[in-house]
Amino acid sequence: MKSTNQSSKVKYIAYLGIFALAIAFPYISPNRYYLTVVTLGFIYAIAVYGLNLIVGYLGQLSLAQAGFFGMGAYTSGLLSLKLGLSFWLSLPIAAAATTLLALLVGLISFRTRGHYFVILTLCIGVIIHLVIEKWDSLTGGVRGLIGIPIPTSIGPIAFKSLESQYYLVLAFLILTIFVMSRIASSLVGRTFKSIRNSEELAATLGINVMKSKLLAFGIAAFFTGIAGALFSSYIRFLGPEIASTHLTFEFLLFLLIGGQATIAGPLVGTLLASAITESLQFMQEYRMVVFGALLILIVKFFPGGLVGATKTLKAKLEKRVNQGKKSGTNLPSKGESHAAKNRGFN
Amino acid sequence: MDLLIQQIFNGFTLGSIYCLVALGLTLIYGIMQVPNFAHGHLYMVGGYVTFFMMTLYGINYWLSAIIAGVVLAVLGILLERIVFNPMRNSPSTNKFIAAVGAMMFLEAAARVLWGSDFRSIPAIYDNVVMIGGVRLTEQRLIIIAGAVILMVALYVFLKHTLIGSTIEAMAQNRDGASLVGIDVNRVAMLTFAVASILASAAASLSGPIFLVYPAMGSLIIMKVFVIIVIGGMGSIPGAVLGSFILGMTESLGATYISSDYKDVIAFAILVLILSLRPSGLFAKGGH
Repeated sequence: MKSTNQSSKVKYIAYLGIFALAIAFPYISPNRYYLTVVTLGFIYAIAVYGLNLIVGYLGQLSLAQAGFFGMGAYTSGLLSLKLGLSFWLSLPIAAAATTLLALLVGLISFRTRGHYFVILTLCIGVIIHLVIEKWDSLTGGVRGLIGIPIPTSIGPIAFKSLESQYYLVLAFLILTIFVMSRIASSLVGRTFKSIRNSEELAATLGINVMKSKLLAFGIAAFFTGIAGALFSSYIRFLGPEIASTHLTFEFLLFLLIGGQATIAGPLVGTLLASAITESLQFMQEYRMVVFGALLILIVKFFPGGLVGATKTLKAKLEKRVNQGKKSGTNLPSKGESHAAKNRGFN
Repeated sequence: MDLLIQQIFNGFTLGSIYCLVALGLTLIYGIMQVPNFAHGHLYMVGGYVTFFMMTLYGINYWLSAIIAGVVLAVLGILLERIVFNPMRNSPSTNKFIAAVGAMMFLEAAARVLWGSDFRSIPAIYDNVVMIGGVRLTEQRLIIIAGAVILMVALYVFLKHTLIGSTIEAMAQNRDGASLVGIDVNRVAMLTFAVASILASAAASLSGPIFLVYPAMGSLIIMKVFVIIVIGGMGSIPGAVLGSFILGMTESLGATYISSDYKDVIAFAILVLILSLRPSGLFAKGGH
């Protein structure tokens, strides 16, 4: 009991430390370039949290996520550019519109299962991309949207500087992580996981599978829409390629590197992959060659990603330490280690 | 009227290309139960090999196509060994992701090696045959004839040769097939080889009309997925029928509806079909 208390205290301190680091980052970052990279990484991470809910917790591989990201970005961008709406109005509208679209997509696609679901969502993502690209009069087609305004200031807080935009994005990221961790530990989260493990079993237990799937899909799209809206006001230029399946695959990569079905995974994976991408800039062309191969290696050898692998390692270490304590020595005899192994299985 | 006949002919050409790629995809699905996302990229590599054989080494068109087929067969086998065979017992989501990884790898590799330019396989059969008011270019006739010949060859191979029938046997029942002494690994490699050859042939045939570029695989793979979903995944007659349905719809849709949105049509059909029949048009039931 005491040790779990202690470990939760350690965790608490670690969280505080990470939080302090995130707050202090603009001041300790050696140059503005890193700040830009991290801000963009945070925006993507918000979308990856959405994907994590669908792929990690619900166990459904949706490949329409970049489409939703594009939907959020273009809705917000168009509203503020063409109607002159304030960012604080266009962001919630974009999130709501994306959620609505996702619910519609979900109603159709969750009637299918397995391979059909993956292919159908992939096709829906492509449709969204193509519509954005071809609807020239509204979206500017391949030329894109230029000159999207930065977020309007609220009272004395303006978002002109890079630092202030960093904090804005950080605030949304923290909100996302908070909501996601609450969902993960709630009954709803466990409902999602039960669907991932077995849809038939979940249905037998009285879970409304369709409703739960739609809920997860809607929440994921809501955050993806927010990420899209943040992207549009941060980058201030939108091209149709942000809705292409390439971005979906990148999100998937970020998620898998970090670790699916974990709370830290999406952030860790996104930041790490962004950092690698930026440091490999001189070999930009080879980037996807490396990442493609990496994706295969990860699903084969580390399906839990970095966070998953750390957890496994930690569990192994703890087991060893516990064994050591019980037998009074650091090297347990063979019989005891067998017993411990058996306990582990139970 | 002439326009209609012309578009039907073009639809047939398009359908023939789709058909060759779709047949390979559906064969692999039948054996591995995994949608091979990288299949369109095998088609792309096939196009490039043909192109380089002709332009760099000056080899004639047909020989280049055959060399491309051989190269692709090897690539297909490698893909099976390196990516799909080790993932045999993984959850299906992980298999998809591995296939996506293979796809990203192949496309990026093509960009690195050959650049992002659009290239065109030199056309050697560019005469036009006029029947009534309809223009039939020789290359398009070759595409249709080539596809028909390959389809017949595939049929004979699967139904009338011992080694071909092992593929069907394994698609029907994996355990049963290994019980009667069929080497499951060998059949998987064979299937990948055959499927890759078909994809390569499709690229060699269509290269002089459509262009060769690294992203050409991404678009065709999605269309081919639409086809095998329409036709029922794993079904060979379904894949053939689906290909021609899609080829026709696209060709007529581009003319009579909107050429801007012609690529959307395919996906819209799929969404429509799956909303009405969630397990495909000709689903064999229970997968």
